[in-house]
Amino acid sequence: MEVLELARWQFGITTVYHFLMVPLTIGLSLLVAGMQTAWVRTGNERYYKMTKFWGKLLLINFAMGVVTGIVQEFQFGMAWSAYSRFVGDVFGAPLAMEGIVAFFVESTFLGLWIFGWDKLPKKVHLACAWAFSLATMASAYFILAANSWMQHPVGIEMHEGRPRLTSIWAVLTNNTTLAAFPHTIAGAFAVSAAFLVGIAAWHLHRKSEEERVWRSSLKLGTWVGVVAFSALAISGDLQGKLMFEQQPMKMAAAEALCHTEQPASFSIFAIGDVTRPDCENVKSITVPALLSFLAHNDFTSEVKGIQDLVPMYQEKYGEFYPVDERLGELSGQPIDYVPALPVTYWGFRLMIGFGGISAGLGVLMLWLTRKNRTPTGWWFPALGLAGIATPFLANSAGWIFTEMGRQPFVVVPNPTGIDGVWMFTAQAVSNSTPGEILTSLIALTTVYSVLAVVEIYLIRKYVRGGIPGVLPQKTDDGALAFAY
Amino acid sequence: METLWFVLIAVLWLGYLFLEGFDFGVGMLLPVLGRDNAERRVMINTIGPVWDGNEVWLIVAIGATFAAFPGWYAALLSAVYLPLTLFLIALIGRGVAFDYRGKVDNPRWRKAWDFTIVAGSWIATLCVGLLISTTVLGLPIDANGDRVGSPFAAIRLDTIVGAFAFAGYALVHGAVFTALKTEGEIRERARRVAITLAPVALLPLIALLAIVAGLWAGVVALILAAAMWRLLANRDGQSFALMGLAIAASVAILFGSLYPNVLPSTLNDAWTLTIANTASSPYTLQVITWVAGFGTPAVLVYQGWTYWVFRKRIGVKHIPAAH
Repeated sequence: MEVLELARWQFGITTVYHFLMVPLTIGLSLLVAGMQTAWVRTGNERYYKMTKFWGKLLLINFAMGVVTGIVQEFQFGMAWSAYSRFVGDVFGAPLAMEGIVAFFVESTFLGLWIFGWDKLPKKVHLACAWAFSLATMASAYFILAANSWMQHPVGIEMHEGRPRLTSIWAVLTNNTTLAAFPHTIAGAFAVSAAFLVGIAAWHLHRKSEEERVWRSSLKLGTWVGVVAFSALAISGDLQGKLMFEQQPMKMAAAEALCHTEQPASFSIFAIGDVTRPDCENVKSITVPALLSFLAHNDFTSEVKGIQDLVPMYQEKYGEFYPVDERLGELSGQPIDYVPALPVTYWGFRLMIGFGGISAGLGVLMLWLTRKNRTPTGWWFPALGLAGIATPFLANSAGWIFTEMGRQPFVVVPNPTGIDGVWMFTAQAVSNSTPGEILTSLIALTTVYSVLAVVEIYLIRKYVRGGIPGVLPQKTDDGALAFAY
Repeated sequence: METLWFVLIAVLWLGYLFLEGFDFGVGMLLPVLGRDNAERRVMINTIGPVWDGNEVWLIVAIGATFAAFPGWYAALLSAVYLPLTLFLIALIGRGVAFDYRGKVDNPRWRKAWDFTIVAGSWIATLCVGLLISTTVLGLPIDANGDRVGSPFAAIRLDTIVGAFAFAGYALVHGAVFTALKTEGEIRERARRVAITLAPVALLPLIALLAIVAGLWAGVVALILAAAMWRLLANRDGQSFALMGLAIAASVAILFGSLYPNVLPSTLNDAWTLTIANTASSPYTLQVITWVAGFGTPAVLVYQGWTYWVFRKRIGVKHIPAAH
């Protein structure tokens, strides 16, 4: 394999993996801060126990999020140095801001929160939880601003062949960011909600100690889930409309829409080979005119298909890669503007599908447990626990769709922005040897696999341990309330 | 403006080497100073609340380099690819190890994580030393800023001295820190180990400074000697402060001699990366200056407060049952 493919696999694997921990941390940290607030305000021990239990799981998960996040920051320079040189003037700023404004707060106040139970006044300790939680969200904002700039570059001018920042405000208020942020945060709460519901359902079913703790957790989870999924649908619709405007090829690829249609129908399911942009042999179950509505809020509007978009892209951004030895076998070759259709088509469907299943499960759980009922069948905890996986899958599918859907670009041209600011993924990689990237790819994947087993084992252990497993033991005077 | 950011990045590295320096050292010395599980837990808990905050200095040093000098960031990180891979894996391992070690009450489990902490701390500090000495001493890079030659081009005799310079410093610094933060037998042991190791462990740092700046190395040697003298006099705090001063002087000497270059090309002086040919635009620098201007003092205040909250010495009797 060439450097380009290896570097892409590495970025894909490490990022998808990192983003398993991220949403759970973002959502759970705010919920735990809320639980602790309830305890501090009411003095009710139930909320204290909730804080302790869910806080413990949060910490196990956060440790993995931190260490896998460091890899991301290094990776741009290590494997994508041409990209880093090209966009550094713009892209580095939000990353540096994330570090200074958000990540310092996160790490420092989390340390205070973990070890500060007996050392800080109650309210100061609570403030640490909030500082941590809000900083994780600020982190997400800066990172999404950086990512959205790659999807839709704004706030720049061209200077000596590179984009140069002219307005940080434009980058931070990019409409792509403003739509991606609520969608991502809602996704994070969906993950955390399912986590609460699944584990609480299991404990209710087992009739574990502290029934009221699990009842409250379940209730909290179901309601957060219902709100999160509504927010996901609304923000997702908003993102869809922006995507039609900003990245028409990505949207066409999401639908594997070959020919321009007016009105355009939305494909629910396809049988046959969606990989071929000629649309032969594909039978698709469709909802008439729905795609037109998703794109433009209008059931009769036109949506451009791949076959019409390709010539437009060729005209605007060129038919061939430049002749450059650094492009390897792509040098001077025709540019393929069509993203990998099976990935985008099925990625989009899996995102919506798993999201929908997850939302349905949430509503079902809410109904099953109405008026403090607990269904007695084994299927009740099974449903809850299986439900934990679905929003994770939806999140991953969504990211894979959106990142694969912008290929062959790493920085997608902005159709209404200034000319010349785009970059092909093939031009972005470092001048490394394949051996280097292969080594890190194998090493990181191995370490990540081992850690996945360890994390799941620990989460399982603490879930099973329930409330007694997380409460501090009575100790002699002078001992710390918590120690590693 | 470029000069300001060059200085700021040096300060971020200083913060990182000073702060994570001691938590690396604690990790490296875990089995030496901590004879049994309780003692090891004392050591881990001296850094427990703060190590993650310490590590952010690295994240910000690298992020600031990306934002302020993209050409430097891109050239250095891609050139030192394999050592950095090792570095990241070491950081991953020791990062989760602190948190996970006490979560299962099983000697084999603990042993595995102890090994991860020790190996991770050694490897990480060696790699940091390699990275910093590489950027100061230079690399074979071409006009485009790309490394010419093998993936191991950064591993030479002088950069290996640099790797051990920071590992050796972290070792002694960690022992001084342990002496400062613990009580009882473990504190005595830490003082003994610091003083015994110092003459050998600190030698590579002096050697690196001598390679880079000749006689200036003597200044640091004097400060380090003073640090050990205060430790002998039972003044842990003063010794620790002097260790800080020593790393500050070392960073000043290293980055001062590098300025205005950021990564010299060993092939052709014209290809050397400098603050001028790698810097971001004045506007970008201005933006991040505002952020750093407000953000960094705040960081110093709340991290300082954290150290104050956890200022008490701890000993074996303070360690509760694991959970």
